[in-house]
Formats: sequence, C-alpha cells, structure tokens
Amino acid sequence: MSIMQYNGGCLVGMKGKNCVAIASDRRFGVQALGLSTNFQRMFSVSNRLYYGLAGLGTDVQTLSEKFRMSVNMYKLKEERDIAPTTFASLVSSTLYERRFGPYFSEPVIVGLEKDDTPFICATDLIGCINFAKDFVVTGTSSEQLYGMCEALWEPDLEPEDLFETISQAMLNAVDRDALSGWGAVVHVITPTQVITRTLKGRMD
Amino acid sequence: MADRYSFSLTTFSPSGKLVQIEYALNAVAQGVTSIGIKATNGVVIATEKKTGSALVDDTTVEKVVMICSNIGVVYSGMGPDARVLVDRARKAAQEYKRIYNVEPPTSVLVKEVASIMQEFTQSGGVRPFGVSLLMAGFEEAGPALYQIDPSGSFFAWKATAIGKNMINAKTFLEKRFTSSMEIEDAVHTAILTLKEGFEGAMTDSSLEIGIATMETTINSHGVPTKTGTFRRLRPAEIKDYLANIA
Repeated sequence: MSIMQYNGGCLVGMKGKNCVAIASDRRFGVQALGLSTNFQRMFSVSNRLYYGLAGLGTDVQTLSEKFRMSVNMYKLKEERDIAPTTFASLVSSTLYERRFGPYFSEPVIVGLEKDDTPFICATDLIGCINFAKDFVVTGTSSEQLYGMCEALWEPDLEPEDLFETISQAMLNAVDRDALSGWGAVVHVITPTQVITRTLKGRMD
Repeated sequence: MADRYSFSLTTFSPSGKLVQIEYALNAVAQGVTSIGIKATNGVVIATEKKTGSALVDDTTVEKVVMICSNIGVVYSGMGPDARVLVDRARKAAQEYKRIYNVEPPTSVLVKEVASIMQEFTQSGGVRPFGVSLLMAGFEEAGPALYQIDPSGSFFAWKATAIGKNMINAKTFLEKRFTSSMEIEDAVHTAILTLKEGFEGAMTDSSLEIGIATMETTINSHGVPTKTGTFRRLRPAEIKDYLANIA
C-alpha cells in the first residue's frame, strides 16, 4: 500500500489560447471503500489563479488552508494579487520546508499572468516545479491522464474546445482507475470570466 | 524634564516622547546630507563621500549600497549603524527570494527594515539606530523612494533630503521638483541640491550616486527581459553630469 494511493483522486491542467483549464475528479475513499462523491480538490487563489492538490486527503485539506493563509498575508502586506509564477514558488518552498517528512500531496497550478499569458505548472510532493508548455497531470490516474492528454491535446484551443478536450481526457482516464472518478469538475479560466462545469460520468 | 527620562530608552517621558529616539534623530541631523528624488522612470539617491583626511583610501568607502538587484539605499548618520542595517536588509531580501523566487518590492523591504529599527526602540539593553535611510527601488508598480527613521517610521517621498542640510535642501527641492522629471533631470537636480551644502570640492570621487531604473537584463533562461535594477553610477558617468553643472 502506498500512502499516495490511500485516498485516490486526480487532477489535470491544460493550456489553451488565452485561457487555461483545470479539472479534478470528486472521489474520496479509504482504499477500496468509497466514501464521498464531492471531495473538493481544487481551490482558487484569485479569479485568475486556481490550483488543485492530489494525494492524501488530510494533506490536501491542510495544504489548502496553509496556502490560503500565506496568500492572504501576501495580499495584505504587498497590497496586490499574487502572480502565478510567484505562487508556484511559494508552493514549492512550502513543500520543500518538509523535505524529510513531506506532505503527501502533489499540486497542479493553473492561471493567467498579468498580461493574460496562460500559465500552468505542477510540482512533486517535495516542491520540484514542472513548468509545462501543454498540460500537467497528477494523482492515482496520472498515467492514464498522460495518455489521454497526449492523444487529445493540441495547442491554441479556444475555451470551449479546451473544455471539451480536458473533460474527455479526465472522464476516460478515471474510468480506467479504480481509485478515481465518482464525478468530475472543470474550471475554464479566461481573462474575462471563470466557467465552472460539473461533468456527468460513470459513478462506479 | 527631558533629562530625568533620557536614561532609559523604554520609558516614556510625561510629554509622551521617547527621548532616546529624539536624540537618535539629532545624531542623524548631524550626519552628511543625503538626497533622494523620484522621477517618472526611475529614482536617484545621492550623498557626499566625506572622508576625514586626504590620506584616506576613499575607494573603499561605500555609502550608496545595493540591497538586492532592484533596491539600493543611502544613509545619513552613524556609518557603523548603517552597515548593520544594510546586512539585515540584504538578508531579509534574500530570505524573501527563497520563498517567492523574486526580488522583494521596495515597500515590502521597507516595512521589514522599519520593523527591525522599531525592535531596537522596544527591547532591553539596546539603543536605537543612529541613522535615517533613503531606500530607492524599481519594481512592477514603478519607481519608489522611502525614508526610514530611527523610530521605525517610514515615509514615501517624491523628493527629500536627510542629514545636516536637510531644511535648505528640501526648500531647494520644493522649488525644483516637477512630477514630469525624467531620471537624467533628477540626477542633475540631486547634484545641484547637494552642491548647496557641499563641504569640499565636488568631484567624481567625492560624490556617490545610485539610480534605480528599468533595464534590459538577461534572465535565468537567457531571455532579455526588462526588470527593475539598482546600480551605482560609475565615476566617468558622475564626471559627465558634473561637467554639465559647471
């Protein structure tokens, strides 16, 4: 039994044309026993910056609270919103602080920079940042997500097309993983708005 | 009345003052004048490098110093106290960088240094710093100029002077400063302002000038980017400015 596979769950982030999208499943369980179909894995930093955490459920919740505190303090001190790259460095240094007793969680960060350039990245459980150009995946069905994304993703997808692509990648990947699925949520972030949709998928 | 309460830093006088801080400000007022001017595209800070004798190797004296790549500082008052604060400020800036991987904005570093200075007005067995600092920086929000006093209070300025000749210098600046000034005009004005109270001859080795501007640098990915940069002017550049004054 691996601690990263104890609760299950997965996330995917994708870059589009002047937009980004992030999707997560909604399952929370204890090994084979499924317990919740509405576990929140994605959190917003601002209306232009979202992140998600996969892995051990308790660490997902604790880290989200830690990041909420750090970002609130940043906002009060600096009197401005935190930039995506800066937030990524904050996540990285927070995780590395626990290098020898880590949080069992691997984040995915998506957002729009100040000049509306799309930004996505992911880190491992001790903070190594992967600045991707196309898509980032994490969680128990990361292998399946890699396969789906590699097949479906293409550059410069418009928000509506990006939504279709990320949704198909998520739904089909989690159907091949026992520990992921039980619903899915997608956020598509554009310079003007964030569109949140809940997907209808197999509930087994 | 002031004498009875001046021995202990952490005791208020009946009039509500901390006399040690007042005396610290006196130490600053005795120091060599420093000027700071904020232009539309940068900030300039300048001071006179006053060495006791002609035998001093003045190439080793540095009063305008860099704290991190986008922020610099000049002081008026006790040199050794300033050095301690410069070390603390540099460390604070690098600690910020460890967390966020970017240089701190000037306002954030100013708050950090100001709270260090305030600590020394509320702790046992220490005395306040005998310096006022002029901190100049350039970041996303634009150019910034701050003054930090021994009490730990800080002020953002468009143009200011601290030290011996501050009253005359500020009057001079009030007349000369315009909000549409660019960095070259600001340097020129700073030199003229210093000239008023200059003790000794104004040469490229007796003037220290630093500017914070937007410069194109190569970033860690090898891509040229525009970032806020602080640097000291080279003697050759100061000479050019002086030639325009004379």
